[in-house]
Amino acid sequence: MMADPRRHLLDLDDLDALEIEGLLNSAEGMLEIAGRDVRKTPALRGKTIITLFFENSTRTRVSFEQAGKILGADVINVAASTSSLSKGESLLNTVKTLEAMQIDALVVRHPHSGAPYFIANHTDASVVNAGDGTHAHPTQSLLDLFTVRKHLGDLAGKRIAIVGDILYSRVARSDIIAFQKMGAEVVVSCPNTLLPDEWQPGSILGQQTGFENLEIARNVDEAVEGADVVMALRIQQERQEAGHLPSLREYSDRWGINSRRMAMAHDGALLMHPGPMNEGVEIASDVAHGVQSVIEEQVRSGVAVRMAVLYALCARSRSARNGAGTEN
Amino acid sequence: MLLAARKKLAIRGGRVIDPAQGIDRIADVLISNGKIEEITGKSDGHTPDGYEQIDASGLIVSPGFVDLHTHLREPGQEWKETIATGTQAAAWGGFTTVCAMPNTEPVQDTASVVDDVMRRAEAVGVVRVLPIGAISVGQNGKRLAPMGELADAGVIGFSDDGNPVSDANLMRQALAYSVDLGLPIINHAEDKRLGAGGVMNAGAVATRLGLAGVAAEAETAMVTRDLQLAGLTGARLHIPHVSTIGSITALRSAKERGLNVTAEVTPHHLTLTDEWVYGQHGEVPESVGPESYDTNTKVNPPLRSRADEEVLIEALAEGLIDVIATDHAPHAATDKICTYNEAAYGINVLETAFSSIFTLVDVDPKMLSLGRLIESLTAGPAAILGRDLGSLEKGYSADVTLIDPEMKWTVNPQAFASKSVNTPLAGVELTGRVVITIYQGTKVFDLRNHG
Repeated sequence: MMADPRRHLLDLDDLDALEIEGLLNSAEGMLEIAGRDVRKTPALRGKTIITLFFENSTRTRVSFEQAGKILGADVINVAASTSSLSKGESLLNTVKTLEAMQIDALVVRHPHSGAPYFIANHTDASVVNAGDGTHAHPTQSLLDLFTVRKHLGDLAGKRIAIVGDILYSRVARSDIIAFQKMGAEVVVSCPNTLLPDEWQPGSILGQQTGFENLEIARNVDEAVEGADVVMALRIQQERQEAGHLPSLREYSDRWGINSRRMAMAHDGALLMHPGPMNEGVEIASDVAHGVQSVIEEQVRSGVAVRMAVLYALCARSRSARNGAGTEN
Repeated sequence: MLLAARKKLAIRGGRVIDPAQGIDRIADVLISNGKIEEITGKSDGHTPDGYEQIDASGLIVSPGFVDLHTHLREPGQEWKETIATGTQAAAWGGFTTVCAMPNTEPVQDTASVVDDVMRRAEAVGVVRVLPIGAISVGQNGKRLAPMGELADAGVIGFSDDGNPVSDANLMRQALAYSVDLGLPIINHAEDKRLGAGGVMNAGAVATRLGLAGVAAEAETAMVTRDLQLAGLTGARLHIPHVSTIGSITALRSAKERGLNVTAEVTPHHLTLTDEWVYGQHGEVPESVGPESYDTNTKVNPPLRSRADEEVLIEALAEGLIDVIATDHAPHAATDKICTYNEAAYGINVLETAFSSIFTLVDVDPKMLSLGRLIESLTAGPAAILGRDLGSLEKGYSADVTLIDPEMKWTVNPQAFASKSVNTPLAGVELTGRVVITIYQGTKVFDLRNHG
């Protein structure tokens, strides 16, 4: 028996490896379409997708918009951060108002963790989480998997080192879950001030932490040693202001990814970054633009992966989706 | 009301538990003129003439519960709760006395506001309302409220509840000033800087959900400070809603030193943990789901870890924590239908308080005895108030709560007497239920009329 068709993509924790692979395989085809001279298919013609962004983001919003448009959907961008909330309109009212306009999918970026779940509870449309607070960013993780798979093939047994602002990073949380689901080993490193209190350097997390088998390195060298993928996360200036870091200079020196550290990684290791980069802080310019870097390719993969996600959620008719499994 | 109060009542054949008098036996309780007349030696089946009878066989007969920590929201936030609905909720939960926190609008920081609350309570309240005055003007932690004037107006203690007194010197002055008045200072203990804007307990659940966590140490640090200042001033300190192992350790040390300190714990900190934020009634789900980020679990202090919960139960059982208080904090639906960050802090507690803890007792009486549970809702808080309440002693106000210990019921917030429905216990089956509440000799709640 087939599983119920997926309605939302809120994180990757409720997808199994098979479903993730299905999306990645679909994204392969989408990558080909996105690379054509004439990039337009009628797959989602007549569908309406709204990107509802409560936080500024150029790359993610444009990536979703491009994905939807290549598939033929009508894409409406709503920058809600200032317009509705400043007038005192509640998130619930905003969602109900948009839904009354007969939409198929809502792509949501929100500064509060859990906001897409709240929205999913109050709409018939499909909800795609485009980043919520410090919780999850599932399409970023899918594009990371897609990019790594293209270069390294099967992810099983590969060592993925994530370095940076773990405490506040939704990319880190979703990536840990995503890479582990595909059989990779994940290790993280960051200043102790940016690590959850219950995570101890030099340990492997147990089941009760919710991130079982995650390795917490003692220092960044230990993390990148023998890694197949090195992922640097963006360090925000505000971490320094909030007292998490003495200075960005010290961060760069002790945790920044540079050529010396890349040399410690496995031969042919990939260097990744979810963007936007602070070159010279968490990542040195020479390696960011060097032969091991796949950072620009991540952006290209993003469109293909988001096409695959939107297609998976929207291709079915609204009535069929909302008729809960009658198709199966 | 007055006429009804003159009625004579005989509560017959129940298991009378009155910890203040060391009573736990099957007996009849006789009431006349709104006062306790007598607890008979045993229930002999003989009914004196002229008494209306209540058959209490199979029921527990307890002194009416006393809650040291209630938010009635009136004046100022009547869309969340009023003195009328809040005291009805109290009656439904078996409480015959509630102490109203001063974080109303306006704040209860002058005698005139306190007088107004007391007059309103007299007019529309179905149970006794005792006001708590603010520590500082406007509860803003800058300068002391007129504590003497408030004491004269009848407040039972002082609190800026919700707003910790962050300034250690102001806290010291408040404690020192209160010595003369003989009333406790009740400080919400939370180091806001250390809490760093957290919205739930720091730990694995917060990390998994990506919610900012408040470390237990944010409470422990201020509890420790306050205990030191109580020692310095010799004042009475009452610690509201303790929730951390560290607070318990500090409390134990302070009591061993002989300091004049007491502490309360809420039903939710005794029975729920931060795992409830996943929205699966305490189960940890395989994946975060649409029921996660349950805003009805958002409360301050936050629901803590299992380890904290266990230590709190032990501390209550041994009497280190003196009392159970509800911190009943009603909020309107719009305060909770939003993201977790946006949601208001607070849980609606009065109507589930007894049952939620009794369900624990029922499962494991060794963990917490029924006698201790009732003591911490009656004699315990009455002793802190220093009033003739919380007992069925002859001549005391006839405040009596009847409990059916066998009854199983499922929490349905839509049926609450409270104006608000913000409980994480919706749909949870509990054991034991308050079936009748009597205040000053008059029935103010009878489940048969509301079933």
